[in-house]
Amino acid sequence: MNGLAHQIVAGIATGGIYAAVALAIVMIYQATHHVNFAQGEMATLSTFIAWSMINAGMPYWVAFFATVAVSFAIGVAIERLLMRPVQNAPELTHVGVFIGLLLIIGNATGWIFGYTTKSFPSPFHSDKPLAGGLISAHELGSTVVTLAVLLLVWAFFRFTRLGLAMRAAAYNPRSARLVGIRVGWMLALGWGLAAAIGAVAGMMVAPIVFLDPTMMLGILLYAFAGALLGGIDNPMGAVIGGFVVGVLENLAGAYVVGTELKLTVALAIIIGVLVVRPSGLFGRVVYSRV
Amino acid sequence: MTTRRQLLGTGAALLAAPGIARAQETPGVTATEIRIGNTMPYSGPASAYGSIGRSHQAFFRMINDQGGIAGRKINFITYDDGYSPPKTVEQVRRLVEQDKVALLFNTLGTPTNSAIVRYVNQRKVPHLFVSTGADKWGNYQDTPWTIGWQPSYRTEAQIYAKHMLATRPDARLGLLYQNDDFGKDYVAGVRDVLGPRFDSVVKAVSHEVTDPTIDSQVVTLQGSGADVLLTATTPKFAAQTIRKVFDVGWRSAIHYLTNVSISVGTVMDPAGPEKGVGIITSAYLKDPTDAGWNADPGMNEWRAFMQKYIPDGDMKDGSYPFAYGVAQTMLQVLKQCDMDLSRERMMKEVANIRDFVPATLIPGIKVATSPTNFHPIRQMQLQKWTGTTWERFGGVLEGTSI
Repeated sequence: MNGLAHQIVAGIATGGIYAAVALAIVMIYQATHHVNFAQGEMATLSTFIAWSMINAGMPYWVAFFATVAVSFAIGVAIERLLMRPVQNAPELTHVGVFIGLLLIIGNATGWIFGYTTKSFPSPFHSDKPLAGGLISAHELGSTVVTLAVLLLVWAFFRFTRLGLAMRAAAYNPRSARLVGIRVGWMLALGWGLAAAIGAVAGMMVAPIVFLDPTMMLGILLYAFAGALLGGIDNPMGAVIGGFVVGVLENLAGAYVVGTELKLTVALAIIIGVLVVRPSGLFGRVVYSRV
Repeated sequence: MTTRRQLLGTGAALLAAPGIARAQETPGVTATEIRIGNTMPYSGPASAYGSIGRSHQAFFRMINDQGGIAGRKINFITYDDGYSPPKTVEQVRRLVEQDKVALLFNTLGTPTNSAIVRYVNQRKVPHLFVSTGADKWGNYQDTPWTIGWQPSYRTEAQIYAKHMLATRPDARLGLLYQNDDFGKDYVAGVRDVLGPRFDSVVKAVSHEVTDPTIDSQVVTLQGSGADVLLTATTPKFAAQTIRKVFDVGWRSAIHYLTNVSISVGTVMDPAGPEKGVGIITSAYLKDPTDAGWNADPGMNEWRAFMQKYIPDGDMKDGSYPFAYGVAQTMLQVLKQCDMDLSRERMMKEVANIRDFVPATLIPGIKVATSPTNFHPIRQMQLQKWTGTTWERFGGVLEGTSI
């Protein structure tokens, strides 16, 4: 019984990682109605930028916010320079661009910073072990950060005119343009915000899994599963989905299917959700008249 | 410039004179040179190993400066494969078919060598002292043209299991392994030693390279009541394991760690050097950062080589002593060939190395092969993490014969 409790706590800790990345995925989906495959690589690059700043002697929180700002700019730049020329192209073109981005950013990161594992500092410290050493101060702190980001995102979309305009631009670009919303810039803003959230996720994840250019590869898949489970258009759902996937993965790995099929659990969740309930647990069902 | 007509002409000539193809001499061996082929990851994720290739180039340059071998100069041709198996296949075909090398030496990587092992054995090209610790290169029956050099992962696991039985006879072993050829060699090695007792003594848990963390696996192993832990995984996961084992307060365990993941910079420091105190691993090479070798004649020989031929090389990089030792073994085989440089004779001498001692191996460890032993190095010495460095202890241990 003790083992079960331990697996659940460890699962929640890992789930926090998935939740943070899932939130970034939902963010870009909210803003552009695309799922960006390069999200993980962009977050890793941001984390390396933060790592360089901290190594250059910058205090952690200064580097943290500087990285968020730089990442926001990179996100906006990518939309303006790469996505804008293909905005009216078919879906497949977008997928192609996303995969291209994934390869370019991933390899560029490796080329610039090298492939060796690096440690990344955590701003959260504790003198005594929490929950018998099953959860570290950092895991607790990063979960709080994830929830804070969630709250910000939710409030942004719910209460600000800008958030409303972004949602409108994503859901119905033509009508949005007719009521005076600058749709193009809303998309760029969405990319910027998603890149910024990705940067936060990367900086929260790196102290746990250690920093290298492939850091996000496995995480992104679990995060996709979490985002889909919770509902790809619902930030709150994505965070809950991330935690659920973390716990489910551990329990299934330890007691049901064995560790070899842990990744399969994530894939099964993705397919299961898409088949049974495409909008996810908390997503809104959208009907479109054809 | 080769024109298509010239190529056609050459092709026609070759067809017309099939006797040329089975001339007496070995491809790549002329009156003045021996061509040796090699692939290395000079780019890509494993590019840190590129220093091995650079060391070989320098080593053979030194041999040529000293007059060469068997009256011939060595022409070492090395290509970048980026650690990507399809590229390795392409480059090795180029080496064998266009450059016409006499043999392949120290091609690096388990997946990369796996991709070419069938091809080189069909072509009967000596595929010597490959740079990987997988156990399968010792399979002289199925791949008689291929041989490894360093102690295999399986031998290493045998040594840990033997040491465990000697120090804690009624131990329960938790085994965390990466679910691939590399990790499974450790399961096989432990099974070699424990035999039928394996299932009652060992709790083995795997992880995939795609897993973000191994926290769940460590929790499972701790819960199984294991009091000895063997971690057979790559550096990132090894660092995670060391930290997690410490964080969950699992202190009673003897912790064996694969020597693939003992880099201070990429494993011990990221994990927290104080968290790994007491971890046991093994070594067969003299560590260039170990002050105990400051006056060692073998290492002095290596340092003199570095100074003269690779003056800008990182003297702390363990790849250089490795490369020096394996290149010396290659040279030993060519010496033993005694002017007869046919591929058959080379393989005969490869399987006839008697207690050769390269300069960079820990004293007591020897290179030895026979027609039924294609595992050249089967001995290692254990070492313990003190919090700042690895400290060797005990004598040289040997793996079990299977």
